[in-house]
Amino acid sequence: MSHLLSNRRDSIKTMAALGAAAMSPLAFAQKPITVGVIYVGPRDDFGYNQAHAEAAAMLKKMPGVKVVEEENVPETNAVQRTMTGMIAQDGAQLVFPTSFGYFDPHMLTVAGRFPNARFAHCGGMWTEGKHPANTASFFGYIDECQYLNGVIAGHMSKSKKIGFIAAKPIPQVLRNINAFTMGARSVDPAITTQVIFTGDWSMPVKEAEATNSMADQGVDVFTMHVDGPKVIVETAARRGKMVCGYHASQAKLAPNAYLTGAEWNWLTAYTNFLEAARSGKPHPNFVRGGLKEGFVKTSAYGPMVTDSAKKQADGVKAQMMAGTFDIFKGPLKDNKGASIIAAGKAFKQTDLELEKMNYLVEGVMGSI
Amino acid sequence: MQNILLPVGAIAMALLLFGLVVALAGVNPVEVWALLFLGAFGDWFSWQNTLLRAAPLMLTALCVAIPARAGLVVIGGEGALVLGGLACAALAHAVPLPDSAAGTLLVCLAGALAGALWVALAGWLRQYRGINETISSLLLAYVAIGLFKHVVEGPLRDPSSLNKPSTPALSDGLLMGPMGTSDVHWGLVIGVVVCLAAGWWLRLTPSGFSVRVVGANPRAAQLVGLPATRLVLLSCALGGAAAGLAGAIEVAAVHTSANAALIAGYGYAGILVSFMARHNPWAIVPVAILFGGFGAAGSLLQRRLGLPDASVLLLQGMAFVLILASEALRDGAWKPWLARIVRGRSAMASPQGDTR
Repeated sequence: MSHLLSNRRDSIKTMAALGAAAMSPLAFAQKPITVGVIYVGPRDDFGYNQAHAEAAAMLKKMPGVKVVEEENVPETNAVQRTMTGMIAQDGAQLVFPTSFGYFDPHMLTVAGRFPNARFAHCGGMWTEGKHPANTASFFGYIDECQYLNGVIAGHMSKSKKIGFIAAKPIPQVLRNINAFTMGARSVDPAITTQVIFTGDWSMPVKEAEATNSMADQGVDVFTMHVDGPKVIVETAARRGKMVCGYHASQAKLAPNAYLTGAEWNWLTAYTNFLEAARSGKPHPNFVRGGLKEGFVKTSAYGPMVTDSAKKQADGVKAQMMAGTFDIFKGPLKDNKGASIIAAGKAFKQTDLELEKMNYLVEGVMGSI
Repeated sequence: MQNILLPVGAIAMALLLFGLVVALAGVNPVEVWALLFLGAFGDWFSWQNTLLRAAPLMLTALCVAIPARAGLVVIGGEGALVLGGLACAALAHAVPLPDSAAGTLLVCLAGALAGALWVALAGWLRQYRGINETISSLLLAYVAIGLFKHVVEGPLRDPSSLNKPSTPALSDGLLMGPMGTSDVHWGLVIGVVVCLAAGWWLRLTPSGFSVRVVGANPRAAQLVGLPATRLVLLSCALGGAAAGLAGAIEVAAVHTSANAALIAGYGYAGILVSFMARHNPWAIVPVAILFGGFGAAGSLLQRRLGLPDASVLLLQGMAFVLILASEALRDGAWKPWLARIVRGRSAMASPQGDTR
């Protein structure tokens, strides 16, 4: 309870500070800003961390913006020290802790100590009244791109078996598996998705084993949700299979096997927070967006993707950009036959219900 | 004297070599040295950073050091640590505890107990089943991590922990807070006290002495009637208790719940610390602080110079190898070595030479 009170006090202080800053927006906008970016893995992992590092590299090019970075920071005390160091030693006013596990308790702890610094966390669920006003969470609706991956995979698969290698059965991952499957089954309802959970975000050996075992079972298009898709992309290509990428583009690793991919475009979210911080506007606390808002993007199609596949995927993408396409709409059944969404009901992407997903849709072979 | 001179010389050598490497990479070595010092020990902020990182290493290093004094090479402290953390969170979840320091003490004891049983299991397998304790403790660590994940993501999962499966958080009263106005939590004091106590026990008590006799010569120990098996199990249990305690402290002071972030490699880092401290619990304290300093300095190096995370690992590796290698210079061991080089090849072939 005392914790909650102190947070409220902090947020009042922050608001006061913001109010003061708003008086002189011009002076503030020209003031140089230092931004901290923290990665849980290596910056060049061809995956989750690289997607963030690419956005950070673009921030660096902006005039008056200084970026301090630290990679391979575990979700322990170490990240609290890194955040504190960025603020106290490097003078960062805005910090991006980019790994999910940094949110609670690490970012919340440090945010309480530095009410004048701003924190923007990737993936978390910022909740009004529960979390301090100088913290925020942002995320992208990348399931839209996974749906498009699925459409392409549905066209390209000959065996009608597609594979998804996933880290953990948590909502963000399940949403991608489901979207990928529904995209493919929109092309051919006979398609099934095989799922293997490796158990953790970075398990290269298990990821390679999973790819090989699915290839042995006849899976011919792969996609994934792990931190570094490199091993899966390379293994699938070596086995003569096709692959849809994730996080960042892995096209360079397997140009002849890479169909398309679901990529983050974190620069949009980053600049959102940066602009607010530089101009003294209130910290945007809950930021989400999909293809339409430019939070995610698709990789360029590989040379082997057929015209009919491109045509259908581009058609769906245009609807998504126009905001007229709902991925999760009724009637929808889970893979045990139970009804999940009744006919006639559709969830918008922004619906928080989707961030609690705990089922696999019809057509997914696997269990949570 | 050489107990201090040798490792200090080795670290100086490692820093020199590291400077050479970064110079080859086009970075000014003087700037790197200055930042290393500033990041690790430069000011109060850096000291707190270093000490916080050192706290868990002291306890996990004991998990290697105490069994080592009984002649065992136990490297599975990570398993004891995660189970200690799990036991801490599980007890807090299962039993209504007093919301005070007494409750904190109880969850810490639960962690220590879990760790003690786990490493004692490796000791038991060695004594009664002839299984090499190095291999079994390492493999048991993987079993422990699997068990930990199963429980955290299954039976003990807090349903509201959606994307980061965790046990329910400890209540505020059970949490271990920072000391005074600093950021350093009480786990550091516990680590230092346990290291001092372990050193005192090994050096100044009959049972500690018995453990060392068993480690030095198990057959002689049995001949004089020491219960070797019991002492081996005791040393394993004490080592495991230290690592389990580290896990419980991580939960109570840092994470507030048990989750996969606990598996951060402290158990494995403890192996390096213990070997560098030559399995002496008193030496573990400064060595752990040195390792904490490496971590803190690496953080600043990355932020200021954009050096990759691997650079400070390189320094740590060099320091480790050089400190172990410097043991060859202990007690004048270098004299015959030098003499042999001076005498040259003819002397080496002479019958007075080493006949092995």
